[in-house]
Order: sequence, then structure tokens, then C-alpha cells
Amino acid sequence: MTVTRKLMLSFPKSETEKPIVTHLVRDYGLEVNIFRARVTPEEHGYLVLDVTGSEEDIDRGVQFVRGLRVEVNEASVGVSWDSARCTHCGNCLPHCPTHALRISDAATRVVCFDASDCVECLACLENCPFGACSSLF
Amino acid sequence: MKSYEEINAKIESKKAVVLTAEEIIGYVEKKGLEAAAREVDVVTTATFGPMCSSGCFLNFGHSRPRIRMTQAWIDDVEAYCGIAAVDVYLGATQLRRNDPANLSYPGEFRFGGGHVIERLVRGEKLELHAQSYGTDEYPLRELRTTFDIGDLNQAIMVNPRNCYQNYNVATNCSDRALHTYLGLLKPNMQNLTYCSAGQLSPLLNDPLYQTIGVGTGVWLAGAHGHVYAEGTQHAPTCERGANDVPTEGAGTLALTADMKQMTGKFVRGVSLVGYGVSLALGVGIPIPILSEAILRRTTVRDRDILAPVIDYSSDYPNRTGRVLARISYEQLKRGEARVQGKTVEVGSLSSYPAALEIAHLLADEIRRGQFLLSRPLAPLPRTQSMKPLQIRKKK
Repeated sequence: MTVTRKLMLSFPKSETEKPIVTHLVRDYGLEVNIFRARVTPEEHGYLVLDVTGSEEDIDRGVQFVRGLRVEVNEASVGVSWDSARCTHCGNCLPHCPTHALRISDAATRVVCFDASDCVECLACLENCPFGACSSLF
Repeated sequence: MKSYEEINAKIESKKAVVLTAEEIIGYVEKKGLEAAAREVDVVTTATFGPMCSSGCFLNFGHSRPRIRMTQAWIDDVEAYCGIAAVDVYLGATQLRRNDPANLSYPGEFRFGGGHVIERLVRGEKLELHAQSYGTDEYPLRELRTTFDIGDLNQAIMVNPRNCYQNYNVATNCSDRALHTYLGLLKPNMQNLTYCSAGQLSPLLNDPLYQTIGVGTGVWLAGAHGHVYAEGTQHAPTCERGANDVPTEGAGTLALTADMKQMTGKFVRGVSLVGYGVSLALGVGIPIPILSEAILRRTTVRDRDILAPVIDYSSDYPNRTGRVLARISYEQLKRGEARVQGKTVEVGSLSSYPAALEIAHLLADEIRRGQFLLSRPLAPLPRTQSMKPLQIRKKK
């Protein structure tokens, strides 16, 4: 059975010159969908991606990446939404392409954020008048 | 028929029947207008959204030696000093000193007057920098200090224009993105932005200003304030639909209240990329149910309120008056609306959840006997319209 998992890779300064994504695709048979990446020599870098494949292949791929001293985080999300700052105005709604930000209840019109639907396009950061959305990077 | 005195007597004895402008719709449907008008004393209305015409008068008290401030900045945002020695007026849309604005388009406008006002209400420490030319009795020429709202003698919010009765729905028919005070408008009419609480909004529940007038007590961000005048651009002579509900901007209110009594949650700095800064405010206004006619108007529903869709790429800046369509708040709140045969995504700058919370907070205060109603000292004008500014050539 294939599953999709979202991974956040953090590179230490000037680490690994190996083409990680190529290895994940070729050696572990994973399908890769990159949301955001910043890989610059001599700087901390990151790569946020979805990997699709069997649980075993994903686990092996993650082991491989960790072996390169690259930090792999599956729990954290690159974009966060601060419910205390959100006023539930709804200005973000037409700008969120995946409806990760959406109205949870049509009667009350309360806005909610489902991080698992977020593709980190960052449109919400620019469009929230109250600064409720922020990016880890 | 009830009088203000009868309603206030019931409020004082904690027996007033109070419903929100949302609850009253179903209540009247169930009980009928006549019975509901006998039972219900007050309907609470509310709105929460950016209100650019906001600001506050602050009095700092006198330093030793004294200064007559001629220029002042609070957290680097300039406050107007062309009034008495240590009084200033801080406006919501004032940019921070050295903000590049739209030099690098679109500007971010992360901090300005609205944010300073929010910090003030939240009780945070702020920095004051003041300058002066110096006079015999006010010799100090420069001053830097920190303060919070508790250090001020007065911090009085004064909003010349709040609670627009109805408002434009913005869209963009051009082929480039627009950054406006109604948010980012994507090219080729991909999105609409509205800004009204619709069926909860104060002046949509009292469309002919029968109870809301100069002197009416209001709930302004948690403080008890009042309407001090008609709002700027108050234009009651406008197109009106069924039930006398305006189908465009129309009436406005000028509000004031003591900022020391306000709650930070309902006083929020606003940043609009490419446009500037502003302040979002929460307002609640009680409507006394003096008659069946007044009650009937509070049962207005989103589906009965139409707003004009305006093209902000040409018709708005050039003031052509063209309206692309009129659509109801019920349609807008579905998240998608049909305009000129096209399905368009909808966003909003007015928070319905915040407005609903305010309507309930105000209703609770009235039920507990803590908020009495006030009879207007003078009605709002009913006959004027809005004059444009003529650009005249010098002879």
C-alpha cells in the first residue's frame, strides 16, 4: 500500500553534496513533490516535500537521509496559523489554493487551518491583515 | 409600543429580554411580529472590521521642565501635535517613520498607527519622542520616555467614520493584480472582497436611523461610548431596496469611547500589503424594540441585503459610478458568487465570528443590567448625499 508523508529536511551549514531527491526517487522508488526548498552553499538550508511510496521504502529513504546528517522532521509544519491572532475575517480564503484555511462551520464562519492540506505557497502570509500566519523559514 | 424608560427599568431589574440580530430572525418567524414585539426589549447588533477613520486623543501630562510638543512620535509613528501643549492625535493609518511605503511595490506596511493603538489598549510599554521649538514657559526642546496607557491622563478614541451601513464588494477586471484596502484582488475577476457584518450590522438593522442617532450609547471594543455625530460621508439619500435597506454605502456613525476601558482583542492593527495600515475595531449597538416596525427591520437577513460589485481597476479609482452587479450577503457568504456569468471566489475583511461574539457580549451586559439604553439627543440626517471633490483650475 502506498502512503504519502510530508517531510521537512534541515541541512546544517555546507552539508551533503549528494543529490538527495535523486536518491530518494531512484534508490528508494519514492515519488517526490517538493513544496519549498532553499539549498545554498555555506548556509543552513531546508527542503519541504511530500514523499509517496510504501511505508518500508519511505522509512528506508528517511534512514538514508538521516545518515547524511540531515535532520528529518515529520511533526513540524513550515506554515503555522496563530488562532489567537486570527480574527476570522476570511480575507485569506480565496488566496489559499488547497483550502487548508477554510470556514469550519458555515453558520458561525469560524476559520480553521488544516496543516496537512497546506502546500506552503505562503499566500496567506501576505494576505493576512493581522499577521496570523507565519513561516518557519 | 414601549418607551426607553420602560426598557431601561426592565434592564435595571435584570428582566430585559435581549436577543442578537441573528437570533431575532428565527424568533420573530416562530412567534410572529406582534407577540415578539411585546416580549423582546432589545436586539443587539455588531460589526468587526477595518475602520480607517479611527484615531485617538492622548494627554501625556506635563514634564518638568515643561514642553509644548510640536512633533511627537509614539513607537516611531508620528502623532499630530497642532493642538494644546501635551495633547496629541494619533491616527490609525499613519505610517511608521521611514516606512518606504510603496517605493518597493507592493509595500508591506507591517506597523503603523493602528498597531500603536492596539499596543496602547493592550497595556504595553511604548516609546514617546517629542520635539519643540521651545518657549519661555515651555523651555524643554526634546524629550524621550516610555509610557503605557495607565500613565496617560486621557486616552479617548475618536472615530469620525465607523459602521458603514453597507459597503462595496471589490473585484478587479484588469489583467494585473491590485493591492487595495479590500485586500489583494487577483486579475481577471478571480476574487471578490466584501466588508460588512450583513444581517448583524448596526445600521442595516435600523436602516432609517429610527433609534440610532447622536447620543446613542454604543459598545466600542468593550468600552461604553457613544455616537457623537453623524459619521463623515454620511449619505442617507441613496438607493434602497425592500425594507428600506440601502444597496450601497449610505449612513455612517462617528463614535467615541475611553480606551482605558477597551479590550485588546477588539482593537487590532491592520496591515494591507500595497495599501497601508489601518485599525480593525469591534462595535456593538443595541436597538430598543419600541415598536413592531422597528422590530421588523431588525429581522433583516443576509439574503435581503444587496451590495454593489465594483471594479477597483478602473471604476473605483476614476469614480465612474458603474456597478457590475448587485449580490446578496447570503450569496457572498457561500464563498463563491456569480458575477457576469462567471463563478468567483469570495473573501471578506469583516469578521462575522467577532461580530457575533460582540452581539452576545453586549446582550449579556444588558441582561445583567450593566448597559442602559440612551435616547438619541438628535437624529441622524435623513436627506443629504455625498458631495465629490471638484478639482478646479486656478484662474
